[in-house]
Amino acid sequence: MATVTQAKPKASNKLKAFLFSRPEKPYVNPYLGGVVLGIVLFLAFFLTGNGLGASGGLNRYIVYLEDLIAPEHVDRVAYLLKMAGGVKNPLDDWIVFVTGGAILGGFISGWQHGRLKVETNKGPQISVRTRWILAFTGGAIMSFGARMARGCTSGQALSGGATLSAGSWAVMLSIFAGGYALAYFLRKAWN
Amino acid sequence: MAPFPLPLEALLTKGGAYFLYLLIGIGFGYALEISGFAISTKLAGQFYFKDMTVLKVMFTAIVVAMVLIFGATALGLLDFNLIWVNPTYLWPGIVGGLIMGVGFIVGGFCPGTSLVSMATFKIDGLFFALGSLVGIFVFGETVDLFYEWWNGSYFGRVTLMDFFGLPAGVVVVLVVLMALFMFWGGEKLEAIFGKKDLSKEPKWRYAAAGTLLAGAVAVLLIGQPTTADKWAQLEPTKQAALDNREVQVSPAELLATTENKQVNLVLLDVRDEADYNLFHLRGAQHLPLEQVAGAIPGLLLEPAANTVYILMSNDEAAATEAWKVMSAESVPNVYILEGGINNWLMTFIANTPEIQPTPTPAGMDRLNYMFPAALGDRYEAADPSPHEYELEFLPKIQLQTKRGPSGGGCG
Repeated sequence: MATVTQAKPKASNKLKAFLFSRPEKPYVNPYLGGVVLGIVLFLAFFLTGNGLGASGGLNRYIVYLEDLIAPEHVDRVAYLLKMAGGVKNPLDDWIVFVTGGAILGGFISGWQHGRLKVETNKGPQISVRTRWILAFTGGAIMSFGARMARGCTSGQALSGGATLSAGSWAVMLSIFAGGYALAYFLRKAWN
Repeated sequence: MAPFPLPLEALLTKGGAYFLYLLIGIGFGYALEISGFAISTKLAGQFYFKDMTVLKVMFTAIVVAMVLIFGATALGLLDFNLIWVNPTYLWPGIVGGLIMGVGFIVGGFCPGTSLVSMATFKIDGLFFALGSLVGIFVFGETVDLFYEWWNGSYFGRVTLMDFFGLPAGVVVVLVVLMALFMFWGGEKLEAIFGKKDLSKEPKWRYAAAGTLLAGAVAVLLIGQPTTADKWAQLEPTKQAALDNREVQVSPAELLATTENKQVNLVLLDVRDEADYNLFHLRGAQHLPLEQVAGAIPGLLLEPAANTVYILMSNDEAAATEAWKVMSAESVPNVYILEGGINNWLMTFIANTPEIQPTPTPAGMDRLNYMFPAALGDRYEAADPSPHEYELEFLPKIQLQTKRGPSGGGCG
């Protein structure tokens, strides 16, 4: 038993060393980052015919949970029915894998470049707690809007922008318009 | 036929296809992280003109992908009709976009970047992602209240080319020029509001901009393939299918298929309006031959994979022309009614004595029957009972698995 209690902190130290000991590298030039992202986006369309997406995958994770807890409810709402009605599994969809892959890819790059760090990024004038509340609220607002617009910054602005969808360009301009319209009132949160 | 996008499930099985999507997702997350998109303050800096990283990364990605996509379609490598182009629901898109902008400035992320932030252990990223789940849940529970509006102002698969009435190459060049102009302006703003020293920016970005513009001009000069070009590429295989009568469906098979609940049957009558008004099959939509090409974007959005199109004219000539257009434009599962309406009437006229054959054949692709009135589908022969006719036929309809997008960017 004694060996077990001794081994435990050892293993977690090893994990910590593995996660956090790599030297921190700076971010790439934004144009270079954009070129890499553009090539990934092109390959997605070229190989599969589909673009990229994030909120669509999250949507299906949520519907999956709802279907576990209240399957009768899912069968009564048309919007949910399309994804999880009857024996349909909402996770049986390509977007679920793109979204899951994005989390994995972010982790891999963060680890490789020594940028895994438990922290909260915020403007200097607000507390960490305020920042968390704002992040949570903003997430809820953003994703409500993303489902309304049938896609977020990835599924509409990036993917639809590259295929020159007229509606996606309208969504993209609206996102920037909404952000800039409110930026003045939130200047304290960020500056 | 353009070899890309790949028929993924046939090639890799479903598991293999999902693995490829996982790899694409990893590339996506990786690209976001190396650009600094895990850091909320960097993202929010966009809205105070201090750090234009968001603009630079996003628009570079969009124009690079756009030039490559339209370059690949121009060279006949990629079939534009088989890639997902977000359909336009104008007002839900605009209102949803404005709400997203508000969420962006309040929360400091968008859904994709919050996931990457969370994956690199940023706590504000985690809170944003949790909030996202709540927002999505609330939308799913409330959408029934405004379901009609959410499905309204629908324009289908419209591109900027359709909107401005310009060829794809011209739009590609203009978008690249606009992006370069925005990069120039963005850097100026960074110098003013972010106190950035522009002389330290790498010089290779000028070469990159030149390459991009040259690529866009090449796309413009090559041009996109027309329906005739696409048909010419397909003709060797598709003409054989026509000549071997693999795609001509007998009236008996069509009647039997109307009973088949597993098939979403779409009947397209390509004759002129006068003939259509005289007589047409019940449920047949009127789509004159000259309007077929324009209807393609709508047909490509047909979501059901079990949709089968049956084209019909008086004989087969006009329907065959329409078949060539739809095949060239990659619409799946298209068939021709064998012998057209004339053959249909010959088969099912027994209970409809008021329709009489013309004394002499009326000529190529003309109606060989006379009608007492333009009753459309109100003749019995327009909707014969499948149980009254026990006809033998050689089945031709085979459902093809759909290639390309499975219906939805952020679906």
